[in-house]
Amino acid sequence: MVKNTFIFVLLVGFVFLFFNLFADFTGNTELNKLAGHYAESGHEEVGAANLVTAVVVTYRGLDTLGEVTILFLSAAIVSFLLKIETSSTDDRKLRTTSEILDTASKILVPVIFIFGIYVFINGHLTPGGGFQGGAIIASGLVLILLAKPLRQISQKLISIVESISGLSFVLLGVAGILFAAGFLDNKILSLGEFGTIFSAGLIPIIYIFVGLKVGAELSSIITNLQENQNEA
Amino acid sequence: MENLSLEIVTLITGIALLLIGIWGLLTQKNLIKMVIGFALFDTGIHIIMVSIGYVKNRTAPILDQAVKTNQAAEKIVDPVPQALVLTAIVIGLGITALMLAFVLKMYQKKKSLEINNFNDLKW
Repeated sequence: MVKNTFIFVLLVGFVFLFFNLFADFTGNTELNKLAGHYAESGHEEVGAANLVTAVVVTYRGLDTLGEVTILFLSAAIVSFLLKIETSSTDDRKLRTTSEILDTASKILVPVIFIFGIYVFINGHLTPGGGFQGGAIIASGLVLILLAKPLRQISQKLISIVESISGLSFVLLGVAGILFAAGFLDNKILSLGEFGTIFSAGLIPIIYIFVGLKVGAELSSIITNLQENQNEA
Repeated sequence: MENLSLEIVTLITGIALLLIGIWGLLTQKNLIKMVIGFALFDTGIHIIMVSIGYVKNRTAPILDQAVKTNQAAEKIVDPVPQALVLTAIVIGLGITALMLAFVLKMYQKKKSLEINNFNDLKW
């Protein structure tokens, strides 16, 4: 009873907190100064048609580096907690995979991988980018594991892809200090013609590495969670 | 009802999701349901952030044929909250995966998902 009252009071407190936000909220009609600057000169300074990408990769590239680090950390802790024991994979009771799932996974997985790569290569032009593309690649891996639950995904390959792309991301950032204005500046390469695939300087290259890294990290989380099911 | 514009609707949705998430976190006994409550909490905050960055009658911050570069400042919404939400989604995913790994480990220890069975630290 005391507990229920406490929960109720806490919820009412949250309602009160957010009611203040809601009561004064009228919606914006103008961009604020910072967003106005990004909108007006983003295409000259960064050269990316997708301004969200310009903010994520260049204006606030350091935040993205921190974000990738957090994702790496959580993937590392998951694989530390759920160490894979290779001996215990035999005694799992599995249902046979249906013909539809088996065939569909064979046809769809390459398409999903190519779509993921498309999404992160075009991250500076269209909605999408490294994180989204990496998530799409990992979803292709989920389809493989649904169709063939006992299939071994090479942890070695995942960790090699992950380390190389993470290291390249940091090195490209440091190259920005040496050859351009600062850490993670994208003007090392020329900005190119606005709106084409070879534009926005370093952004597509950084996003390819981010995509590979995120894809590898999510894949490692998924394989770790998947291969631990039988011990439960 | 005529003043019920898009950003108000999304703001209400976000706050409602957030409250459902907190309620789930506090009342559910099943560990998986608590993780789901946390994910709802997370999603609610994302929706609130995006709705605060919305500008009336404008479009996504992507420059193309529809939004020319010289009139971008009059046509797009604020890109900064969207970039922040992109970051927040990825971190939320990492945290959810971490919580699920803990839940899996706890289940292997006690063969139970009920939070009441984990009273080793209770005094």
